[in-house]
Amino acid sequence: MSVLVWIEQSKSGPVANSFEVLGKAREIASAMGTQSVAAVVGGDTSVSAAEAGRYGADVVMTLSSPVLADFRLSAYVKALRAAIDAAGATVVLMAATVRGREVAAMLAGELDAGYAPDVVDLRVDGGKLVAVRSVYSNNILTDVTFTSPVQVVSVRPRSFPMPEAGAAGGESKAVDPGVSEGDVKETLVEVKSTDSGEISLTDASIIVSGGRGVAQDPAKGFELVAQLASVLGAAVGASRAAVDAGYIPYKHQVGQTGKTVKPDLYIAAGISGAIQHLAGMGGSKIIVAINKDGEAPIFEKANYGIVGDLYQVLPALSAEFKKRMG
Amino acid sequence: MKVAVLVKQTPDTAELPKVSADDVRSGSVKATMVINPWDEFAAEEAILLGERFDADSVAISMGSPDAVDALKHALAMGVGAAALVDNSAITGGDMWTTAAALAGAVKAEGADLVITGKQSVDDNSGAVYAGVAARLGWPLISAATKVVDVADGKITVERMVEGAQETITVSLPAVVSVGKEINEPRYPSFMGIRKASKANIPATPAGDLGVASGSGKTQWSNIRKPEERKTECVIIDGASVEEKAAKLADALMAEKVI
Ligand SMILES: Cc1cc2nc3c(=O)[nH]c(=O)nc-3n(C[C@H](O)[C@H](O)[C@H](O)COP(=O)(O)OP(=O)(O)OC[C@H]3O[C@@H](n4cnc5c(N)ncnc54)[C@H](O)[C@@H]3O)c2cc1C
Ligand SMILES: Nc1ncnc2c1ncn2[C@@H]1O[C@H](COP(=O)(O)O)[C@@H](O)[C@H]1O
Repeated sequence: MSVLVWIEQSKSGPVANSFEVLGKAREIASAMGTQSVAAVVGGDTSVSAAEAGRYGADVVMTLSSPVLADFRLSAYVKALRAAIDAAGATVVLMAATVRGREVAAMLAGELDAGYAPDVVDLRVDGGKLVAVRSVYSNNILTDVTFTSPVQVVSVRPRSFPMPEAGAAGGESKAVDPGVSEGDVKETLVEVKSTDSGEISLTDASIIVSGGRGVAQDPAKGFELVAQLASVLGAAVGASRAAVDAGYIPYKHQVGQTGKTVKPDLYIAAGISGAIQHLAGMGGSKIIVAINKDGEAPIFEKANYGIVGDLYQVLPALSAEFKKRMG
Repeated sequence: MKVAVLVKQTPDTAELPKVSADDVRSGSVKATMVINPWDEFAAEEAILLGERFDADSVAISMGSPDAVDALKHALAMGVGAAALVDNSAITGGDMWTTAAALAGAVKAEGADLVITGKQSVDDNSGAVYAGVAARLGWPLISAATKVVDVADGKITVERMVEGAQETITVSLPAVVSVGKEINEPRYPSFMGIRKASKANIPATPAGDLGVASGSGKTQWSNIRKPEERKTECVIIDGASVEEKAAKLADALMAEKVI
């Protein structure tokens, strides 16, 4: 028995959300009286393995092979199956990123194991794992319990705090991933980085979003949104109306058919607060609405509101925060 | 080539906030049911692939007999045929039960490419397509944004992950789930709707596809509504926009979110 966490790697190193999950895995493992195991899969696993040790994994397992240098689903699933066997893992956790969700689903599907996707909380009740899922597009919560011996969970980013990094630690263990090029089902033709150094919506602690309220001058409107975001170190979000109108690319869309976000602060400028938008950002700690219509539904969910023209309010906020933040 | 597109009947998104915990517990949600919006992208892609590569297409749905409406929507859009997997007699299943039955239906249709939506707006699992792929032993590409080509028994797809765009080739048969960047779903035409309304949609009981009641590996309990957000909004007043900005900044600093 053990609690295993897949430490996902991107081109720039380990994905931070994996360590949020590892922090929780340590709690789960100790409540179950077992060990936490961090599994790093890749061509080069050394940097992420060292990090996983600092974040407190009891065992850091590395599955290294040139075949695993790039992410390919079937190869990574196979390597993780080797890790699960080697660790005797009964609970398998990972961050619910795009890759994390497909790895978790495929792994659970192949093992015929119970799977709880995109969970927002985890606990141990009477020795058993209980996952909390947000379903019906964030309109219903449900506990999920498992009847299978192996239990797979992907965890929504920012559901758990980032643990404190400590001194180097963890027993390290190299495991043969058992993959050869011949069994890999995918050929990777090309990988293009789309990482422009901007903060991602799902990781951001502050988000500034714009909506159709910028219609009068969309370029200017989103420039003002981006300016405030840059002063605050925030990510830029958008409503579907803004995305559909072509003001900003789809990857910025927040909501039911966009991203679910959970920042400490969400500033919505020129967004009316449609149900499908609220479904994606209703979990934010503090919501600020800027809208020229004092009756807009967004004010019913907001903690603070400014009734006014975003073309005036956004620059004033940028100037004010610049002053305060130096 | 034959393309199978998986479509689910789900509550209209505008009515999701009204779905009660009791509805979910009993499995009878009182809402207007429509085709899962994500699956409209899948249906559109199946139609486009049919045109591009001279392929047949079939829409498959598992659900109660009412789910034929989602299938009719797909037919009205232009998908070639439809098949229902009737799960009325199955209880205590989970996403793997659905995946197993759908995999059986895909096999029965003789499809060599499965296109699915990104996720269902009720279960939000993003898992059924992986289960279908796992059961069939086919490769999976998820979050596709473009089908680059289908040639020589292979499919090449672009997809987006955090921070990267990947181009991936796999051999057919395969499963591909699509994101909304992939296309712009068409509205059913008048002619399409007329044709769909007359279509004869065969139904197969899920039990005939090798799934049984109680085969789920997970159970839901303590189903509840999330806590309502505190809705009291402080409207920031001030003589000038600068004054309002300063007051808001004070408030946000006091909340320790900045
Ligand atoms: C299946 C489905 C899925 C959907 N998924 C999503 C989703 O993921 N995300 C999403 O956002 N929507 C989604 N929608 C769309 C949603 O229903 C709304 O249409 C959309 O959120 C509206 O965007 P908006 O608030 O920017 O535009 P509007 O509703 O048009 O609101 C614009 C607001 O700007 C204000 N305004 C105008 N000018 C100014 C100004 N100068 N200064 C300040 N305020 C101004 C107006 O008072 C108004 O309140 C979905 C819909 C469906 C049917
Ligand atoms: N009951 C079902 N019938 C047909 N297709 C389904 C069903 N459930 C899920 N799917 C497909 O699988 C995708 C992912 O669904 P889910 O795993 O429930 O989020 C959906 O977008 C559909 O394409």
